[in-house]
Amino acid sequence: MGAGNAILVVAEHDNSQLKAATLNTLQAAVEVKAQSGGAIELIICGQACNAVVEQAAALPDVDRIMVADAESLAHQLPEDVANVLIDQLRGGEYGHLLASATTMGKNLMPRVAALMDVAQISEITEVVSADTFIRPIYAGNALAKVQSSDALKVITVRSTAFAAVAETGGSAEAINLETTSASGLSSFIGEELSVSERPELTSARIIISGGRGMQSGDNFPLLEAVADKMGAAVGASRAAVDSGFVSNDMQVGQTGKIVAPDLYIAVGISGAIQHLAGMKDSKVIVAINKDEEAPIFNVADFGLVADLFEVLPELEKALG
Amino acid sequence: MKVLVAIKRVVDANVKVRVKADNSAVELANIKMAINPFCEIAIEEAIRLKEKGHASEVLVVSIGPDTCQEQLRTALALGADRALQIKTDESPEPLAVAKLLKAVVDQEQPGMVILGKQSIDGDNNQTGQMLAALTGMPQGTFASEVAIEGDALQVTREIDGGLQKVSLKLPAVVTTDLRLNEPRYASLPNIMKAKRKPLETQTPEDLGIDISPRLTVLEVTNPPERAAGIKVGSVSELVEKLKNDAGVL
Repeated sequence: MGAGNAILVVAEHDNSQLKAATLNTLQAAVEVKAQSGGAIELIICGQACNAVVEQAAALPDVDRIMVADAESLAHQLPEDVANVLIDQLRGGEYGHLLASATTMGKNLMPRVAALMDVAQISEITEVVSADTFIRPIYAGNALAKVQSSDALKVITVRSTAFAAVAETGGSAEAINLETTSASGLSSFIGEELSVSERPELTSARIIISGGRGMQSGDNFPLLEAVADKMGAAVGASRAAVDSGFVSNDMQVGQTGKIVAPDLYIAVGISGAIQHLAGMKDSKVIVAINKDEEAPIFNVADFGLVADLFEVLPELEKALG
Repeated sequence: MKVLVAIKRVVDANVKVRVKADNSAVELANIKMAINPFCEIAIEEAIRLKEKGHASEVLVVSIGPDTCQEQLRTALALGADRALQIKTDESPEPLAVAKLLKAVVDQEQPGMVILGKQSIDGDNNQTGQMLAALTGMPQGTFASEVAIEGDALQVTREIDGGLQKVSLKLPAVVTTDLRLNEPRYASLPNIMKAKRKPLETQTPEDLGIDISPRLTVLEVTNPPERAAGIKVGSVSELVEKLKNDAGVL
């Protein structure tokens, strides 16, 4: 492998919109660039994704855009996207490959790393130097500082740990890549995406989450009414999702979504280690629980020991 | 079809770990260990495939020192047919684990490999995807439902926006998410029976795999502590504090 130092960032998008997490990942790339001096290239794999290319071209921190537009990439399945990335990486021009630690990035990046015979550094929260990074382990109960000896560093980035880069003012050129035919290993059948008027969990400024204490999915409208008064997103603990109260995409925690809003309100959530791992970096934490011994109070800035079924309507009213 | 399940011995999910005083690692001495929760789900899924007649044999493999035989015996008690320990001094990195598992896949030719999506110690979430890459198999990660349809596997995946359904050509790699199934407990008679089931040991040298690490852990530290908060007495007090003291409303 050559000794190139360019930085390749995988854009996350749905063929029409660049996802916010990519802006945070680009900030990590900017920090790597400050150390290695490599140019930042954004790669967009999809089908008929011109709108995404336009948004990407406006990003002032992006030096160049690579576009792989093909029918086989319409749903960005990892078997096919990995092959595009490998073709790009093989020449040895790159020192770093970055993607967001979303389900998309987590699915794709280890496949690429293994094909390149390099390690992956998952969910970094800090760039120490061009080869050294900090990442949480044991559900965030410890932080590991790891140094890579591979020529190519494959990295996923925890979005909440990096600010978003500016979205306008740039004029990067876009280069179209040759794409190979589909691998034929996998095919897309369909998806069920939750549709909500509320902000997305991972980018919301305020989140209100419900746990087992909500008792049933039928009680979540109490939470939603408060959320709508504050312009908040609605989340849930694993217990609430496992019990079938709400769908999996609302889960906050070690294996669900990692969030760090300005305000996180935990309602009827006891505070298992796995839940705390997903929200303890929030700026202000409020816990509402009738069990005053609940571990959630140990991380809360403001705790209210009370019955949530009385508190939620009152809170909705108080927020006018 | 033979199903291969890879499992890892990790700190029990209910233990709150501590960082060693010399910041070299997390303290693991005298701590309760268990099968990684996602790996338990992988074992359960393989056993259910066998019970439904899709799988003819369930082979469980773990990589580590002899202590991981305890977890392999548990898997045998749960219903796996035979076990393989790949003996190493420490826990290798995900890339090395994937290479070792690839060597096992080459030997055993399974129709499906099921792994947990991540282990709750390293939280890497890499091994299944890496194994799929090295074996040239498709990958159904973060699975909440799997169904065999002829020579293809339909996998429902938990993704950030909801659920995605894909069809994979077999053989394939599946990694489990929390809601794939609810693992059973081992019964006492099955625990006794498991002691007589075959457990073989191999080494990375036997398999011809280099497991030298690519990453160096320079330091392990405690995350910043949150300052202790206060209890408020009422909703109005809470709203007042959030507006005026914290300035977040």
